[in-house]
Amino acid sequence: MSDTSTTSIKPLPDGMEGLTHDWASDQRAFKGVPWGKAMMWIFLLSDTFIFSCFLISYMTARWSTVVPWPNSSEVFALTVGGVSVPLLLIAIMTFILITSSGTMAMAVRSGYQKKRKQTAILLLVTAILGASFVGMQAFEWTKLISEGVRPWENPFGAPQFGSVFFMVTGFHGFHVSIGVIFLFINVKKVWRGDYDSGKRGFFTWQKGRYEIVETLGLYWHFVDLVWVFIFAFFYLW
Amino acid sequence: MATEGQEHPISVYLKIWILLFVLSIFSYMVDFYQLQGWLRWSLILVFMFLKAGFIMAIFMHMVWERMALVVALLSPMIAVLVFIAIMGYESDYTQSARDVFFDDGKPDKVWAVPHGAHKAEHHDGAHSAGEAH
Repeated sequence: MSDTSTTSIKPLPDGMEGLTHDWASDQRAFKGVPWGKAMMWIFLLSDTFIFSCFLISYMTARWSTVVPWPNSSEVFALTVGGVSVPLLLIAIMTFILITSSGTMAMAVRSGYQKKRKQTAILLLVTAILGASFVGMQAFEWTKLISEGVRPWENPFGAPQFGSVFFMVTGFHGFHVSIGVIFLFINVKKVWRGDYDSGKRGFFTWQKGRYEIVETLGLYWHFVDLVWVFIFAFFYLW
Repeated sequence: MATEGQEHPISVYLKIWILLFVLSIFSYMVDFYQLQGWLRWSLILVFMFLKAGFIMAIFMHMVWERMALVVALLSPMIAVLVFIAIMGYESDYTQSARDVFFDDGKPDKVWAVPHGAHKAEHHDGAHSAGEAH
């Protein structure tokens, strides 16, 4: 590592002193993280702004409308055995996404321990859970569309409900789908041993390392993080 | 120099995992028992921020990152908060304007309307349709 020559003189300070030291060091500011991870964090920051803008526009639409907002508890209720259970599918989707976040965290840990098969299996479980989330979302969209919900109107109340629903959950579902694709790609790469041998990637031509699993994990946890906010503001509020 | 990897005991992840499950059950219960008003909103926010905090801190390893990265990622959220405040005021204004101009269309309601602004009443067809319910 090129930075060991400079950092071996004395250890890096922590906390606020570390903050000023790192930013004033005339080198890279983000010490102790691989560049791919720092870039993923900065991408996620920009993505945070996109989802913030979506949720803020939803807030603006909902606070400014003079028509009653549809009761999401009833709109998203499912009838099971003749009993209407509020938000049932959404609750299941939430638990599936949290479970997949857990398996992802375990996969990252296994990766750093260089347990090849365990990492691949945990990534595969994460990918399957993610795919099932997208499947349930497709079911939910189908159900709402068949009930007459459109981006410009719906039978339940304020017309903005439909546009917010399709925009916010659609963009989130798109993120999950992209994540699932990259999870499957990484399952293959880990299983094949690319991150043990340092085989170069087909696209970036960078050497394979297990840190890539953590970078992928950051993206996946972010998708879960966004769902926490969507669940709270759109479905529960 | 510390390694660039993040390795933590598996028990940390399992505890946070269970905690996230429990918090999700709590936030679902808020809806299931149909709590309303400030109690509902404050509970939703508390469970949401706890869940988001644990995901970022533990699953995304933020508590173990250096201050330089943490501050770079969290301080831009101030801009989001400012934006929320701005749009809060804006939506409040928009709603009061709609209350004045779109309410029942009686002439006494539109005393402050500039010339030609009553067209706006026809403009918002979806709104008047919604009010018929």
